[in-house]
Amino acid sequence: MIQAGHLRKIYGPTAVLDDVSLEIATGQGLALLGANGTGKTTLLRILATLLRPTSGSLHVAGTDAVKQPDAVRGALDMVGHGSWVYEDLTALENLRFWAVMGGHDTGRGRLRAALEQVELDGSADRRARTFSAGMKRRLALARVLLGRARLLLLDEPFTGLDRAGRKWLVEFLLSFKSRGGTLVVATHSFDAGLGVADRVAILSGGRIVLDRHAAELDRGDVHRLYDELALGPGTAS
Amino acid sequence: MRAYLRRAGIVVWKDVLSERRSKESVNSLLFFSLLLLFVFQFALGPERARVEAALPGLLWLAFILAGLLAFGRTFLIERENDCWEGLVLSPGDKSAIYLGKLAGNVLVMIVVEVVLLVLFAVFFSLDFTPALPALAAVLALGTLGLATVGTLFGAITAQLRARELLFPVLLLPAVVPVLLSSVSATQTVLAGQPLGEAAPWLKLLAAADLVYLVVGVVTFEFVLDGA
Repeated sequence: MIQAGHLRKIYGPTAVLDDVSLEIATGQGLALLGANGTGKTTLLRILATLLRPTSGSLHVAGTDAVKQPDAVRGALDMVGHGSWVYEDLTALENLRFWAVMGGHDTGRGRLRAALEQVELDGSADRRARTFSAGMKRRLALARVLLGRARLLLLDEPFTGLDRAGRKWLVEFLLSFKSRGGTLVVATHSFDAGLGVADRVAILSGGRIVLDRHAAELDRGDVHRLYDELALGPGTAS
Repeated sequence: MRAYLRRAGIVVWKDVLSERRSKESVNSLLFFSLLLLFVFQFALGPERARVEAALPGLLWLAFILAGLLAFGRTFLIERENDCWEGLVLSPGDKSAIYLGKLAGNVLVMIVVEVVLLVLFAVFFSLDFTPALPALAAVLALGTLGLATVGTLFGAITAQLRARELLFPVLLLPAVVPVLLSSVSATQTVLAGQPLGEAAPWLKLLAAADLVYLVVGVVTFEFVLDGA
């Protein structure tokens, strides 16, 4: 689904991403770990075609995403730091807006069903301004359900969620993956991230310093490697 | 084409609904208009001839100042919760978003212009009724011209830190042809002359509108993607 080769992103004198290569197969889940400022969000934004790399290549679903970003945008969706929620619209109105913009089915039944799937059907006619961060994230995921995205990019999706919310989100993402969807999850929440990942990558200083199958690692390994690779030697606890 | 129009329509629907509920722009614009009229009245005094001579310029000064406030806010709603990213990633021709935003701005400006005309009539004891049909035509063309440029520059500056400063600096020189022809055409129709007398100015205005509209439609995708 994703073939990224030697991606670099430079802002002024700083290389935020430096020679990042990554291949993610269809139906796979990648947990992208790394300390703050290591380039996780930049990498996600490049994968989402929201940002052009300074150099390097990116193919999404076989299409050159650097040269033809519009051609791949229909195949991907993103839940970033912002939830793409309009505060003065209700949950249902927000969904209707994004359904029309995405060229999806806008039937009331379809919109209600999506809200039901994210357990927001009881708040369908409430304005988003009154929603908690977790509810806004659910609303963003309802938007994902309306589309035909085969690649879902998530930036810190577990932040601000309580235990039940994290569990619900893990189940949601596993269900997306079980339908053949591909996931890239940038997160600090190791347990939740590993719960949906087939592979784990650690970013440090804009480079991928570890890329392994999740099955090869237990949680202790991930914590140890993260401390060693992402935070530097001597920080392992 | 149907999907394109639906996308433009849903952008207008979303902006109008949000504005109707928050009343952020309309309330501040109406209050601003009222203050402006007080300032004009203090500056001009009660002398009728003075008011009538300055009226076309004052009207468009009020419209452009209100427009500066309205257009500058157009894309701020898209910054909240990163909705801008969603617009960039939505498939299809992005100029539909521009046309939707443009239509929303024209609607807001129509409301503000009607209120301003009523306030001018009340504050300066003026009667616009005889010139109203011709004036409406001039206002429609002038407003479209202001809104086409204002919407595009609103998008260009929305993601900038110094947008409050840059927006008027960019907008005002660009709308000179619109302002010049609008003021001249307004002067003609308020003097009681037939609309045909203002034809050269109206032609210039229509040409400027068309050029700005085409530039907006063609360049908006790059603005949205590159901002």
